[in-house]
Amino acid sequence: MTAASFALLATAAPAEMLDVEKDELTFGFIKLTDMAPLAVAYELGYFEDEGLFVTLEPQANWKVLLDRTIDGELDGAHMLAGQPLAATIGYGTEAHIVTPFSMDLNGNGITVSNEIWEEMKGNIEHDADGKPIHPISASAMAPIVERYKDEGKPFNMGMVFPVSTHNYELRYWLAAGGLHPGFYSADNTSGQIDADVLLSVTPPPQMPATLEAGTILGYCVGEPWNQQAVFKGIGVPVITDYQIWKNNPEKVFGLTKAFTEENPNTTLALTKALIRAAIWLDENDNANRPEAVEILSRSEYVGADYDVIAASMTGTFEFEKGDVRDIPDFNVFFRYNATYPYYSDAIWYLTQMRRWGQITEDKPDEWYAEVAQSVYLPETYLEAARLLVDEGLANEADFPWDSDGYKEATAAFIDGVEYDGRAPNAYLNKFEIGLKTGG
Amino acid sequence: MSAVTDTDLTREARRERLFTRINKADGYFQVLGLSWLTPALKLAAGDNARGNLSEIWRLLGVPILAILVFLAGWATLAPQVQTSLGAIPGPVQVYEQAVNLHKDAQREADKAAAFAERQEVRNAKLIAEGKEDRVKWREYTGAPTYYQQIWTSLQTVFFGFMIATVIAVPLGIACGLSPTINAAMNPIIQIFKPVSPLAWLPIVTMVVSAVYVTNDGMFSKSFLNSAITVTLCSLWPTLINTALGVSSIDKDLINVGKVLKLDTRTKITKLVLPSALPLIFTGLRLSLGVGWMVLIAAEMLAQNPGLGKFVWDEFQNGSSQSLAKIMVAVLTIGMIGYLLDRLMYALQTMFTFSAQR
Repeated sequence: MTAASFALLATAAPAEMLDVEKDELTFGFIKLTDMAPLAVAYELGYFEDEGLFVTLEPQANWKVLLDRTIDGELDGAHMLAGQPLAATIGYGTEAHIVTPFSMDLNGNGITVSNEIWEEMKGNIEHDADGKPIHPISASAMAPIVERYKDEGKPFNMGMVFPVSTHNYELRYWLAAGGLHPGFYSADNTSGQIDADVLLSVTPPPQMPATLEAGTILGYCVGEPWNQQAVFKGIGVPVITDYQIWKNNPEKVFGLTKAFTEENPNTTLALTKALIRAAIWLDENDNANRPEAVEILSRSEYVGADYDVIAASMTGTFEFEKGDVRDIPDFNVFFRYNATYPYYSDAIWYLTQMRRWGQITEDKPDEWYAEVAQSVYLPETYLEAARLLVDEGLANEADFPWDSDGYKEATAAFIDGVEYDGRAPNAYLNKFEIGLKTGG
Repeated sequence: MSAVTDTDLTREARRERLFTRINKADGYFQVLGLSWLTPALKLAAGDNARGNLSEIWRLLGVPILAILVFLAGWATLAPQVQTSLGAIPGPVQVYEQAVNLHKDAQREADKAAAFAERQEVRNAKLIAEGKEDRVKWREYTGAPTYYQQIWTSLQTVFFGFMIATVIAVPLGIACGLSPTINAAMNPIIQIFKPVSPLAWLPIVTMVVSAVYVTNDGMFSKSFLNSAITVTLCSLWPTLINTALGVSSIDKDLINVGKVLKLDTRTKITKLVLPSALPLIFTGLRLSLGVGWMVLIAAEMLAQNPGLGKFVWDEFQNGSSQSLAKIMVAVLTIGMIGYLLDRLMYALQTMFTFSAQR
């Protein structure tokens, strides 16, 4: 097809605006770079193209964001992947939350304070240039944790929410390095039962300040708060979640089930806008990222300095000061079907909830599949994608039309344990640390 | 000769009148916080230079000097404190950020204009296509500007303050008139008075979301949460002062009321209120001050889009400009607090005068 005829086609199929039921919407977000699809969809007018008039509102923390979504003050929000699942199964505030759109892959890191890093360094092998060899295992931290235990001091680390990706990633990393991150139980929701390392909740933007104050010795959080620690010289990122689990699913866009039922066209329209934003963010090998960083650095969005946000958004990541490494996939917004809501992603989060005792009893494999299907809405996603393809705004080849919702089994984890979303119980039994089926 | 004395006399009289007028204006100047204008005017009118100059120095020179000393101290000390967000900003950086905030507001205004234009075009197109039913006019939905945030804060504080007044004044009058009611209310007042807004807020939040279930009501929940928290904290000064004002009315007045057999309503409106007004206003003034102070904390947690949320968001941003922007907010909050106090003072003076007549 020639360029001219392609252009003709694009104009011949004018964007037929969906007849949206509700056009004035308020969406919540947390000041993290992975809220980018929302900011981009707003600033580039993708929401308006769909006839949606959106207000974007930063929220104080994940709990406030979830509660405000549930009671309708927010129509939808940038959510931790675990939030819709936990809310739906009634862990924490109970409500049926669904998601037609995954927002990104990867994007988190684990940072430790300078003192811990100095000690850890001695336990890490270095290459010929004197740089630490990656990925760094938590076992390098084990002697320090041991020493803290002997001295009777708690070894505290921060994560952002009990059902956050960060909690599970930090736990995964610690457990893979032989450190016990602690269990939850029905009557002890501290998550610190039997723990070597005590994890507690701190809202993302406060992570650097809390680390600086010495309340925690390290944390797992999304960007820009790891790079912020490097810039402020208060901590050193030791590993990114890309190295813990290659291309792990991260945030989702959550809406209440009631909202999607009352406003099916609005749901479709906003999914379309978000898909377009995601495409734009990854287009031409991240060519638009600098512009995205400029948008995000505005005080109404993430608001951190341009350089801090750019450090991770433009394909590099700075570990120890000066140790800048290329991680082109540090945050992925569209490629590798990042935005398609896979059931297998949902099930991975559920397995981690079971592994650490947030889900207090064994569940059959079917239960996992049912929960995933009631929360993740790939049909809505594909419907929105189809409309975009028909309007000439997206490429047919970019979407997994025939997927059954499960990704191929993968062993791309730091400990090499293979995950298959179809067999969650078998997966749980593979771990040395963590609750097992029947155990 | 007589003509000369005449003009002298008229000049003298005119001078007298001028001074009377200046002295009268002094009352207003004091209310406005411009009391230095009085000696300045007197000086201009040819009054004794020495006394007036020293007055002007005391009323205008000293405060200005103090502010200059403060600014100089700030400018020299601030850069010496290094935080992880860079040095504490001095007056210059804070001024720059104030300008930046203004520019942001202008940028938002431009964006709003562009939005209106796009809407215009879109709707015109829909009409041209014969789809009038799909034409919609919508408000621009950008981020709130600094000015809008100030406005939200003011609305919230006045709403909360209004509710507080409506509750506290009648209750205070009841307490003042009846020792029994006073005895009943006293322990409750004493217990709830010292409670911090941060303790009220979670309770208020839960109650509001349970009771105020509609989502397209007149007020947003975050607005109500902050406003009601303001109410709960700013209730007490008015209540206590009203009770005190009412209970300390001249006994003779009450006796006169008894002799005239006034009914309760007339007694309250003709006797109690006028003589208790000065103290009621003192209470209101304190209440508004407390309310404004509490509001910032409430907004931070309730996510009401006012100055409190601005401070919180900037703190979360953690950019190199954040501290300076927060200081702009601190100064704004202080100045508005001062203006609110002046406003209440002016009202108090106005009403107290009429009460004395």
